[in-house]
Amino acid sequence: MAKTMQRFGDGYLHEMSDVELRKDIEEGIQDASERCGGTPLSEDETRQLFEIYASPRRFVSVEPGNEILLSHDGGTIKLNVGVSGGAGLGLDIGRRTCTEIYERMLGSDTMDFGHVDYSFKPAKNILADEQQEMEQTVLSTIIPVYYGAMPNLGSYTRPDGPFRNPTILLTEGKIGEAREAGEEMMEAATRDMVYIASGMYEAGADGVNFDTTAALGDIDFLATLRACEILRKKYPDIFIEMGMAGEFILGIHGGLEYDGVRLAGLWPHEQVKVAAKAGVTVYGPVVNTNTKRSCAWNVARLVTMLKPCMEVAEIPVHPNMGMGVGGSPLTDIIASDAVSRGSTAAAEIAKVDGL
Amino acid sequence: MLGMCITHSIASGMGGMRTAGDLVARVQMARGMKTKDAKKYVADKLKVSVAELTDSTVMTVLREELGLGCVAQLPGHPKGIEAKFNIASFLGIEINSVNKFKQKTRMV
Repeated sequence: MAKTMQRFGDGYLHEMSDVELRKDIEEGIQDASERCGGTPLSEDETRQLFEIYASPRRFVSVEPGNEILLSHDGGTIKLNVGVSGGAGLGLDIGRRTCTEIYERMLGSDTMDFGHVDYSFKPAKNILADEQQEMEQTVLSTIIPVYYGAMPNLGSYTRPDGPFRNPTILLTEGKIGEAREAGEEMMEAATRDMVYIASGMYEAGADGVNFDTTAALGDIDFLATLRACEILRKKYPDIFIEMGMAGEFILGIHGGLEYDGVRLAGLWPHEQVKVAAKAGVTVYGPVVNTNTKRSCAWNVARLVTMLKPCMEVAEIPVHPNMGMGVGGSPLTDIIASDAVSRGSTAAAEIAKVDGL
Repeated sequence: MLGMCITHSIASGMGGMRTAGDLVARVQMARGMKTKDAKKYVADKLKVSVAELTDSTVMTVLREELGLGCVAQLPGHPKGIEAKFNIASFLGIEINSVNKFKQKTRMV
């Protein structure tokens, strides 16, 4: 019986037989289709996925002609300090140089340019500084550059912000007060997102990336959808990307709706429809990585969850495929064997528009 | 970096300015086109096949000829915003930084 080394979601390698690998893939497919109600992968798609993972090669890639686009989150700040002070490469360079490196050395199709905290709220006080650096960057670079930040509604709760924390109120059984606090936060967050995105678009950015959207569930999601809607009306040509925080919208409020659709409990194939209605250009679904299962199991789950999303999507879809999501292991230094396999499967089986 | 961005670029990416990745991305961002359609749009404009969009030899020659900018900063060739003027005109799309440049320099 053939055996191969298989990477797991925690980053470590384990030996698996072909029978075990095939079983893992089938279980991943089943888990995704049961959770989000999609059709399981066909036999051909399952075999294609098995061949990607059964390959003994270090690196797997798409066939010529099947290449897709790459967008980023964090982007420039990964070369210097890292997002929120972690995992940066420590290069003593600014974001303009970072963008030039991505453009001329790393073959990036696009670049995300964000503040070191990578949240909208702290960028408010330094918008002018952000604009100055963006203005210089778009003069010296050619690839599309957009401003990226997280809605991060958690940063609006006490003691960091002015509002009561809905998640704490919920644990105290104060459901009405939790909902009220969430609604107050939404207004402030939407206002801040529109303010920052407008300022950066006026500075010449191609658009904005709302990264890690819905980290605080339906409250976070609705605040961001409203910001997208306002921006689309204000700037008809603006590029808007919406990258998600998780595969499923948590009901922190529970009763919030966008255009008649209840947001709590939406899966990617449902999220993409409300995102499109709000004016989003590119939607970035997330499928979480389970660190206890193999990458083959995780990517089987990813492509099965993306399949119904791709069937209904009227806008381009770029799933998140970085650390801890999209079948990539949850490690700072990610093994290329795992990422190349997930990348290939997303492009050729899920047939996504980009990553 | 090597494990994530570079791995994706090599495994499934279009290649950015080494090829036509930035051009296809611009069309997708400006027109909301799916990647398959955006690739065809750019290939038709360039008069090449979709497969040639990711051929760095073919695309470097074309980018030089059309002034669309290259990863190598060739003397006398358009760079930065200069190349973006040519890209906007060649692809028939709006580029925000190009429009801002025109406003600030009173070209419009």
